[in-house]
Amino acid sequence: MNASVIDRRRVLAGGGALIVSFSMTSAYAADQPAPAAPPPKLPGSLKDAPFLDAWIRIDADGAITAFTGKAELGQGFKTAFQQIAAEEMDVPFASLTVITADTGRTANEGYTSGSHSMQDSGTAIQNAAAQARALLVAEAARRFEVPEESLHTENGAVISFDGRRIGYGELVAGDLLHVQAQPTSKLKDPATFKVMGQPVPRLDIPAKVTGGAAYVQDMRLPGMVHARIVRPPSYGAQLTACDISATVKMPGVVKVVRDGNFLAVVAQKEFQAVKAMRVLSAAAQWKETASLPKQDDLLRVLTRLPSQDTTIFQHNDPSAVGAKTIEATYTRPYQSHGSIGPSCAVAQSTDGVMTVWTHTQGVYPDRQGIAEMLRVPLQRVRLIHVEGSGCYGHNGADDAAADAALIARAMPGVPVRVQWMRDQEHGWEPYGPAMVTKLKASLDANGAIADWNFEVWSNTHSMRPGGAGSMLAAQHMAQPFAVPDPKPLPLPEGGGDRNAIPIYTFPNAHVVHHFIPAMPLRISAMRALGAYHNVFSIESFMDELAHAAEADPVEFRLKHLADSRGRDVINKAAEGFGWRKQQKAPQGRGYGFAFARYKNLAAYCAIATEIEINSETGQPRLVRAVAAVDSGQAVNPDGLKNQVEGAIVQSMSWTLFESVTFDDTRITSIDWQTYPIARFNSVPDRIDVHIINRPGLPFLGSGETGQGPAAASIANAIANATGKRLRNLPLTRRRIKDAIDA
Amino acid sequence: MQSNRPLGLPRMIAGVIGVVVVVGAAAGFAVAWRPAIAAIELPAPSSFDPALVKRGRELAAIGNCNDCHTVKGGGSFAGGLPVQTPFGTIYSSNITPDVQTGIGRWPEEAFRRAMRSGVNRDGQHLYPTFPYDHFTNVSDEDDAALYAFLMTRPPVDAPPRANRLSFPLDQRFVIAGWKLLFLRRGLYQPDSTRSAEWNRGAYLGEGLAHCGACHTPRNGLGAERSNAQFAGGDVDNWQAFALNKQSPAPVPWDAEALYVYLRQGFHPDHGTARGPMAEVVSNLSSVNESDVRAIAIYMADVFGAPSIDDRKRGEAVLAQARSPAPLTLDSNVNAAGASIYAAACATCHETGRALPYGGVNLALSTALSSPDPRNAINIVLSGIRPVEGERSPIMPGFAASMNDGQIATLLQFLRDRFSNQPPWSGVEKMVADARQSQPVLLQTSSGSHDAPRESMRREKR
Amino acid sequence: MMTLKVNGRDHQIESDPDTPLLYVLRDEIKLNAAKFGCGLGQCGACTVIVDGKAVLSCVTPLLLLEGKQVTTLEGLGTIEAPAPIQRAFIEEQAAQCGYCIAGMMMRAQALLQRNSRPTDEQIRAELEPNLCRCGTHMRILRAVHRAARLMETADASSTIDGSVR
Repeated sequence: MNASVIDRRRVLAGGGALIVSFSMTSAYAADQPAPAAPPPKLPGSLKDAPFLDAWIRIDADGAITAFTGKAELGQGFKTAFQQIAAEEMDVPFASLTVITADTGRTANEGYTSGSHSMQDSGTAIQNAAAQARALLVAEAARRFEVPEESLHTENGAVISFDGRRIGYGELVAGDLLHVQAQPTSKLKDPATFKVMGQPVPRLDIPAKVTGGAAYVQDMRLPGMVHARIVRPPSYGAQLTACDISATVKMPGVVKVVRDGNFLAVVAQKEFQAVKAMRVLSAAAQWKETASLPKQDDLLRVLTRLPSQDTTIFQHNDPSAVGAKTIEATYTRPYQSHGSIGPSCAVAQSTDGVMTVWTHTQGVYPDRQGIAEMLRVPLQRVRLIHVEGSGCYGHNGADDAAADAALIARAMPGVPVRVQWMRDQEHGWEPYGPAMVTKLKASLDANGAIADWNFEVWSNTHSMRPGGAGSMLAAQHMAQPFAVPDPKPLPLPEGGGDRNAIPIYTFPNAHVVHHFIPAMPLRISAMRALGAYHNVFSIESFMDELAHAAEADPVEFRLKHLADSRGRDVINKAAEGFGWRKQQKAPQGRGYGFAFARYKNLAAYCAIATEIEINSETGQPRLVRAVAAVDSGQAVNPDGLKNQVEGAIVQSMSWTLFESVTFDDTRITSIDWQTYPIARFNSVPDRIDVHIINRPGLPFLGSGETGQGPAAASIANAIANATGKRLRNLPLTRRRIKDAIDA
Repeated sequence: MQSNRPLGLPRMIAGVIGVVVVVGAAAGFAVAWRPAIAAIELPAPSSFDPALVKRGRELAAIGNCNDCHTVKGGGSFAGGLPVQTPFGTIYSSNITPDVQTGIGRWPEEAFRRAMRSGVNRDGQHLYPTFPYDHFTNVSDEDDAALYAFLMTRPPVDAPPRANRLSFPLDQRFVIAGWKLLFLRRGLYQPDSTRSAEWNRGAYLGEGLAHCGACHTPRNGLGAERSNAQFAGGDVDNWQAFALNKQSPAPVPWDAEALYVYLRQGFHPDHGTARGPMAEVVSNLSSVNESDVRAIAIYMADVFGAPSIDDRKRGEAVLAQARSPAPLTLDSNVNAAGASIYAAACATCHETGRALPYGGVNLALSTALSSPDPRNAINIVLSGIRPVEGERSPIMPGFAASMNDGQIATLLQFLRDRFSNQPPWSGVEKMVADARQSQPVLLQTSSGSHDAPRESMRREKR
Repeated sequence: MMTLKVNGRDHQIESDPDTPLLYVLRDEIKLNAAKFGCGLGQCGACTVIVDGKAVLSCVTPLLLLEGKQVTTLEGLGTIEAPAPIQRAFIEEQAAQCGYCIAGMMMRAQALLQRNSRPTDEQIRAELEPNLCRCGTHMRILRAVHRAARLMETADASSTIDGSVR
């Protein structure tokens, strides 16, 4: 046993030793690359954090903890991870604990994004647990002096053929689990699963429905004070004057923090801070610049900005010749994550170490940004993930964390809670980027697609921290950090070009990504990234082509799709919906269908919808939706259904209602009046989600797989109901009415 | 819809019985009896000129037809909206071209007769909830367009619901007597001394748009009082403000303000349309803007040019609204009301955010300057509900969080602070009544107006 | 200083009378369930029950609450002894991030207290002021129906054994 191990133990045990042992923690988990990576790739996130005890800890009393570097965002995967660990460790589900993202305790798994949690962390935990169990069995065999094959595990113990039994806790003495993972694990046979594949109730829900402390918003540290930010009224606005004399005299006010264009007020009580913020806001004078593009002309705005153009897919078969060509252009506006709870963070600077409790999706990258902003070494900053309101991507979470850190720096020792206001979240969050797609395709004499051309114009889809320049507070400081240059996210996952390459087989296909570096509005990752619009475009256009070919939309898709798992979800959704070839919906209604495999490498999803359109007002209403999903081995079927149901309702809201609005200077969609989202009146009568389970196959992320297909399915149903094709998101009542009246 | 609510006036009980006794007999069969008009086969939608249908769509919007003839969750124009009256309940009819339950077998002639004289195809008199006293002036061409529009709607099978009226009001011949007294037939006669726009506005405002049906007070027999035209009326427990010299608006209306208000649903100097008027402006947002402008020009003339005093007062109110005096709680006689205002209202109504998403500065509120507090009560109780999926103002209602006394206290404070009118009396009782009345929700349409943009506001407040 | 009755207990409140109930509950009484969502009465995350009615606590100043009974989600039941509506939401797994759920439950609870068997349409109309961004609506609707059934059972059993509902 060496010194670093002792420190690591102290770290893992939590408590007072945490700060001392930071560098040790990093040594195995975070900052250094894995020592000379073994030739075969380790499964999931084990490749970045290869020691088993970064994932699984067993205490002497037999208590087992699983660690994940991912953050629970309300998807419920904390429960799924616990199922996985319990299954592979062969212990009762309830006997485990799962610890989520904390730069002081867990592995660096980057961001919790892109439906990667099950693939990365779930896979790592599964393999680490399986290998840990194998080590325990080997240790027991050594002690019992019997062959391993004669032993089995049950309820946290290894049991021999002759009935001798030894608990995991007794076996773990020493450094048993501080070993590098092996590339392959002896995983359990899915047929023997006890807890994986079961709809285990989520662990977080009881506290959430009884008023337990569940969110960072609910944190109350001793001596904690409340801060509010006064943000500039628009991008780039400069604070020219601010008389703080009235503010500092207000009851409870303890501090006004000003650093360049960063302005905040701190008070003892929360509502005192709100009132002080109002007064401070009224006292602040700003110089604004008109820098925003024309909201109603995004097509031209985006296609005229300079772009870096890449052909990302090319396939030629000169023998296939088109006879009938159609083209179409689709647009998507900027859209908001629209978290119900505005962002919040708590920070405390103690003994030169800044601890920030945050609902960021990436504690490690965020730590890097905050350390850079505070100009301190990484070891002086610790980020701990605490759940917030659902974020659906990069919302204000990271910015609030930076705000809290900047204010807490000015108040050593005092815990500072920053809570954004509604208009701040709506006005300052980085939006899902606006996009344009242009499609052109030809049908051959048999009604099959002979050639396919797809071009997409988009910003990057991630401006997440790493550097300080991604955070508002750092941008607004007197010595500001520049916004980093945007980069396109690399394929195969892609960003603006995510799902731009068709999953269908076409003899000729040409796909171009026009990456636009200039960002007129602050943008970043929003659930499904470019896949939302690309799938909306491809799957709308597939319907337009099917219409031109006088073919049934489902049949037309199957005709061009070789992927058998894709065909299965299409057939399943069609069957569940009661889709019949060329059937006509009742008057005023329409049927739609769409399909995609998220990122062309994650979960498969097909969605059939029925829409009702009021022909007088244009008002659309999603009547029902039937989805089929294949996400590989389903760990928690009910959790998976919950995710897909939610994706359909949320995507419906994006698709029918949502666009960020702005004038030449300011964002004008700053609350629920000006950024309306679905309310209960719009919710469908029913949603059915059919899961095609694939026991033993890899986990495929499913948190975002529904967004694109739901959008296209709805658009196709509207076209089916009205005979009019709408190509500009959102498909609002007004646009539908105008199309009907045209 | 608006026109039928006057039946809710209690004094009509006596009045209508009077009609029965005095006029009913005299009217006799000669007036009461109308022939049926032969049914036709349902014309194919394609038999109507699309341009005529399009024109009819706009006219139907100007006439606010959908408001009365559609119930929330029901088919458009399928009728069935219950109107509570002291005598019972009258339901609006199905005006979709359904052959069994709608007007699918009505020839154009029957439709025109209904508009002109309130008689259905069978020859039965229609209750004046249907405002044929206004529609009587609609031209043949416009009736043809309306007919074409309605006959090309999706037919909805929605059987008419039987009115629930007590004898003798359930006898339709009674209506004949009412018509004899109050129905003045005749097409609109242009005033050659006025502009074409004014005449267009008068034709629409007095006719199809039936503004007076709500904004003119009714006599004991439920008819509009011709000597008090546009002096303000009652609708569904809302007050339809006076649109003439007696207008209580703090800032005098002019044609431009009326146009903006009718077109987009709010005006910065006057506030946001709500209550039954919300539906009217919603419809007007979809029609030819020249027609809305014409109505505005005519109605501005009805208001009349403001007196010098009124104009000065309007300017003073606007100045006050632009830079409101700070609220001081201690010096106020009604400290309780002031506290409620400061805590519950001022956070939206004094942020300086532009209409319609910022609350109107209450110095501009007509409701607070009006002799009748009901509109103010209604809005405090129920707020403004969001329009599903559209940019629209939202105001939380306070029915659950304030008791009658608290609302009365608040309103008296508002009246005192934001108007130059004497205090209201009996407010608390009226709040209690308003809670009871539960007016029919009229939010049948999906949108109030095109997503209004906030005006560009760069100046610091 | 005023006395505020929350979940059956009297609390001496130091906050100013203009303080919205939400901040009194969260900041002073240290209750978690009522959430800050917009502070404008537009989203329903802060919904609590006052004298039996669903109220938006973010736009309800303390001074309106003299003598009134405030109930928050914490007052309905506990993790060990959940109320019917809490059981129903657990059984239906009616949450994703869960941030809106407390407000949803309080508005639904107020509805069920005056209408023990609401139709689906009535539940939708009632919950319209409350926003959910995760799209958990279908489960919330199912949970409210389930809560109605559970409450009925609880009522029925209370008449049999005379115990609490």
